[in-house]
Amino acid sequence: MMVRALALMGTLICLALPLRAEVAIQEVTSPGGIKAWLVENHDIPFTALNIRFKGGTSLDAAGKRGAVNLMTALIEEGAGDLDSQAFAAARDGMAAEFGFASDSDGVSVSARFLTDTSAQATDLLHLALTKPRFDAEAIERVRGQVLQNIASSAKDPGTIASDLLSKAAFGDHPYGSSGDGTADSVQALTRDDLLAAYHGALARDRIYVAAAGDISAADLGLMLDKLLGDLPATGAPQPADVALTAKGDVTQQSFPGPQSTISFYQGGIKFEDPDYFAATILNEILGGNGFSSRLMDQVREKRGLTYGIDTSLAAYDHAALLAGSVATSNEKAAETMQVIRDVWADVAKNGVTQKEVDDTKTYLTGAYPLRFDGNKRIASILVGMQMLGLPVTYPAERNAKVQAVTLADVNRVAAKVLTPDKLTFVVVGDAVGVTAGN
Amino acid sequence: MSKQSWIKRWTLAAVAFGASLGQAVADKVSTFALDNGMQVVVIEDHRAPVVVHMVWYKIGAADESPGHSGIAHFLEHLMFQGTKDVPPEQFSKIVAAQGGSDNAFTTPDYTAYFQRVAADRLDLVMTMEADRMHNLTLSQNDVDTERNVILDERTERTDSDPASLLGEQMSAAQYMNHPYGIPVIGWRHEIEGLSRQDALDFYHANYAPNNAILIVAGDVSPQDVLDLAKKHYGPIPPSDKIHDRIRPTEPPQLAERRLVLADERVAQPYVARSYLAAERNSGDQKEAAALTMLAQLLGGNRATSVLARALEFDQKVATYTEASYDGVSLDQTTFGLAVVPADGVTLDQVEKAMDAVLDQFLKTGVDAAEFARIKAQVKAEQIYSADNTQGLAHRYGMALASGLTVQDVQAWPDVLQAVTAEEVMAEAKKVLDRRQAVTGWLQTEGAAQ
Repeated sequence: MMVRALALMGTLICLALPLRAEVAIQEVTSPGGIKAWLVENHDIPFTALNIRFKGGTSLDAAGKRGAVNLMTALIEEGAGDLDSQAFAAARDGMAAEFGFASDSDGVSVSARFLTDTSAQATDLLHLALTKPRFDAEAIERVRGQVLQNIASSAKDPGTIASDLLSKAAFGDHPYGSSGDGTADSVQALTRDDLLAAYHGALARDRIYVAAAGDISAADLGLMLDKLLGDLPATGAPQPADVALTAKGDVTQQSFPGPQSTISFYQGGIKFEDPDYFAATILNEILGGNGFSSRLMDQVREKRGLTYGIDTSLAAYDHAALLAGSVATSNEKAAETMQVIRDVWADVAKNGVTQKEVDDTKTYLTGAYPLRFDGNKRIASILVGMQMLGLPVTYPAERNAKVQAVTLADVNRVAAKVLTPDKLTFVVVGDAVGVTAGN
Repeated sequence: MSKQSWIKRWTLAAVAFGASLGQAVADKVSTFALDNGMQVVVIEDHRAPVVVHMVWYKIGAADESPGHSGIAHFLEHLMFQGTKDVPPEQFSKIVAAQGGSDNAFTTPDYTAYFQRVAADRLDLVMTMEADRMHNLTLSQNDVDTERNVILDERTERTDSDPASLLGEQMSAAQYMNHPYGIPVIGWRHEIEGLSRQDALDFYHANYAPNNAILIVAGDVSPQDVLDLAKKHYGPIPPSDKIHDRIRPTEPPQLAERRLVLADERVAQPYVARSYLAAERNSGDQKEAAALTMLAQLLGGNRATSVLARALEFDQKVATYTEASYDGVSLDQTTFGLAVVPADGVTLDQVEKAMDAVLDQFLKTGVDAAEFARIKAQVKAEQIYSADNTQGLAHRYGMALASGLTVQDVQAWPDVLQAVTAEEVMAEAKKVLDRRQAVTGWLQTEGAAQ
């Protein structure tokens, strides 16, 4: 059997060649000057469109927390001559799909429409983006939904943990609180507040656009002018960068039930940093790709302390952190946290192995081309790339950047970036014996 | 966060139209059978150099023997513990090392394993999947560790979540005799008792090529897939223990069951109702198609469906309404409704309002314009769904593991399109029968309703 095992490993080595993402991106500038990226594919008669307005819920004015979130939810609740129901009927009658969402760095608009109704779909989406009604009836109805959502979040241990983490890390910066707002702040929002949020968030000076599917560059340009050309030129000023706070302490909030939800974080690394790719490999080894990380190995596989644990490098527009989360039974929480601290300290001090770096590079380079399947996914990825300021050639070059990282790079970055004494924990649950461990 | 995301935690995703495939896509589906009885389905999509490889076993939680709830799911976890050739815990790492991802899931009707990798790495994942179909090795220590992981999974996903607990209690009440009433993950006290031998017995009795379906979707040619399947799965002998799945059936259900689950962790009370409902059957999908359209009419659209219009827009007694139905099921399934009361409205009031709307719907019938829009969406879904190859593979797998055929899957959009308003109303009258229903209230502990 040893022979077969070796043969299998041989197969692996032969296959482990990095792939390049082969996705032909066109840079399109509309006659009116709106820039977009396009991947043309005429196999399926529809187009996926993704538009992102930089800023998002972080643009909320002082005392108006939740305004951008509520405003975004109302864009599909009636526009022009159409009230909520008439708008929904018009959209569904042509089987178009529109999505509107906000997060701390942007308001995103995603759409799918069939080729044979693309003109009508463009008109309808244009109406929503430029003439949202914000009817009193719709405001009150959606406000009720948002308030219930806030109340539910207040009893969801994962959301409580994430809110506490944001507060500890970012304080009074918009990143420090939920973009949904509080019950009080949302209750107080007026129609004028929502109009102000709308004018501040949806403007041409912050637009990123990508399309994928059954549309030509020329047609996309015309569509974009029709869709976005008459939005205001400028919007609200973007928020400032924020210095992250990580004290290395433990915050605990009681929550009923047999389990505790634990979030942990420290400072991260921004995408522009020359060490970003080394840090990406480090994060993967620590807790990135689930089944094969140090934390998964120590916490789940060796000790059976949890169903899952992961970490991620979160690079926001104005801050960066390295954060993770795990849920475990109350009596095992202290042990779980100690294992996390031990893994952190060990990697900071002793680094990782050549094999871990090699395996991770094979994983990252192999996984990258797999992202680009499907118009909807491609449109979304392309908008994200533009927001990071990447060139259209990036998909072809990215794997070479990963390959260029050495073991020495990863270990240097581990020693520099990982700060075990600053690893800060938030525990939501009735875990016992949970204390700062440094 | 979307404004209605939270309710998805308690209900299985309300599959809008189930499997629906356009002719353009159907043309790219090839099917084969190996000599040992394994079914093979190939779905071609050459837009990206990616392949999804799936093996679906026609064995699920509803096939477990009494007292062994959770064994199908437990075995699913243990299938990652290795063989003579692939060491414990290495399966996923080998896939990940190639940039791929893999996972598995268990439902009442089937257990499925899948990997998503670069197309030129199909041979590797097929080698490993075929290997663990008949060469699984389990150490006592791995079994004991994994049992703890599953108990944690149950704690995290079910016991910590009142909405999941209500769902579990409602299913148990809905099925008085059929094993769909038992949770897939298992009852905690029975999970605790599952042994290594239980897992091996379940494995040897059910994991064999003649009880499995291979689905390969992506940048592949059908002939290449067939050659690889013959090479890797072909040599595995069929089992003589595989038999048709005949499960206990429901007796006549004569009385509505009502449950209240009160828990201090509940932030948002709601009313949920499930009715026993017909499933899709091979060559006979009309009833399920009418039920699918009924779910869309009642709750499919957030602004214009019957429930949203009446309860959210006109009466303003609810902030969220939903109707759900998924006909892909081996045996009798359920038709679900859920209503979240607005602030200041009690569960009793919102439930009465919901029932009044249903009564009115049974009198007034189908809104022709809404019905036409839903049919336009059914048609468009055939186009949109072609964009997601993994989703297509999933639809074929679910259907074939639930007693349907490739022909049934491909006929489904036309069957949906042919549904008449009269057929919808006939099904509505039949399915909306409180005697066959379970009504559940989720409420905050101590709340007066």
